[in-house]
Amino acid sequence: MVIYGVAALALCMLVGTLVGELLGVAVGVDANVGGVGFAMIMLVLVTSWLRSKGKFPAASEQGVLFWSAMYIPIVIAMASTQNVVKAVTGGPMAILAGLAALVAGGALVPVLTRIGKPAQPLAPLTAEEKQEA
Amino acid sequence: MDVFASVFEDNGLLVAFALIGALMLFSGWLSKTLTRGRLQGSAIAILLGLILAYWGGAVTGGEDGLADFAALSGLSLMGGAMLRDFAIVSTAYGVDLREIKRAGPAGALSILLGVLVSFAAGSVIAAAFGYTDAASMATIGAGAATYIVGPVTGTAVGASSEVIALSVAAGLVKSVVVMVGTPLIAPLIGLNNPKAAMAFGGLMGTTSGVAGGLAATDKRLVPYGAMTATFYTGVGCLLGPSLLYVTLRALVGG
Repeated sequence: MVIYGVAALALCMLVGTLVGELLGVAVGVDANVGGVGFAMIMLVLVTSWLRSKGKFPAASEQGVLFWSAMYIPIVIAMASTQNVVKAVTGGPMAILAGLAALVAGGALVPVLTRIGKPAQPLAPLTAEEKQEA
Repeated sequence: MDVFASVFEDNGLLVAFALIGALMLFSGWLSKTLTRGRLQGSAIAILLGLILAYWGGAVTGGEDGLADFAALSGLSLMGGAMLRDFAIVSTAYGVDLREIKRAGPAGALSILLGVLVSFAAGSVIAAAFGYTDAASMATIGAGAATYIVGPVTGTAVGASSEVIALSVAAGLVKSVVVMVGTPLIAPLIGLNNPKAAMAFGGLMGTTSGVAGGLAATDKRLVPYGAMTATFYTGVGCLLGPSLLYVTLRALVGG
């Protein structure tokens, strides 16, 4: 049933968020530390374990895949609710500081990817996949 | 007219679904006709979303972009943290854990470096604009990390409320420029594989920025970038008011 997939996803997210909050309390910061990351790892582990036992059929899978397909629309909704006015009217210093963080961080990506084994680029998207994305 | 408005307000989430669907349809059409598919439909849609958010905020004077219109308030549920994180987690389905393990050290290092580099860049720019005391520099530097780290640091080190507001603005700018800029810089920095995406997520840290930027670049990279970005704000809140502030104070005095 589709709801099993949605429920598994929700459970992973709740547990992950809880772990992130507890970790935040443990290190004494007022923020969630890695909650989403823990939830993602849990989802991968739990679903691959269930699949190996044949207990995560295609219908359950649909419950997860639906939300994955809703990701981009949700991000667009997120973009449309950002406080862009405050970002733009924050003055040149705020704009420069934000830009500098992007440029400096971006420049370090090629440096960091050199650590360890080199990675293979993903296969290019087909035109159809591009439109779907 | 009243009936019209109340139906929209009572069914906010559905209005958001319909509106975003229409926006994506329009963006897909723009992508095909204007850019011949070179700029992805989702990148255009995110850009349009931000422009509409600016317009909404400017017209209503609120803080939530388009969602400040009562009839469109469902957008803040659809695009809010709960559903956003739920959808991000779902993208991890089918991710190869070996890929994550292989990029583990680079990913972990990227978070530390990301906080450090943003903090340094932000505080140098703060100093250039005349905020030369350690508390202000640290707060604006922390804001260049994310708009959550800024106020957390500012409150802890006793920065003025004006400086804290500026640090939030810096963080908001960062999340917006990461959303818009990622697809543009992706080819330059080799952002086309899971490992680079993990490094990118850790270096940028802004969850909304990384979520939007990678969606506009290649959706398959999203889970990897989100995985590291999610640790960033926590690490920033940990280091900003402590190690980084103390180091900065030793460097500039006061």
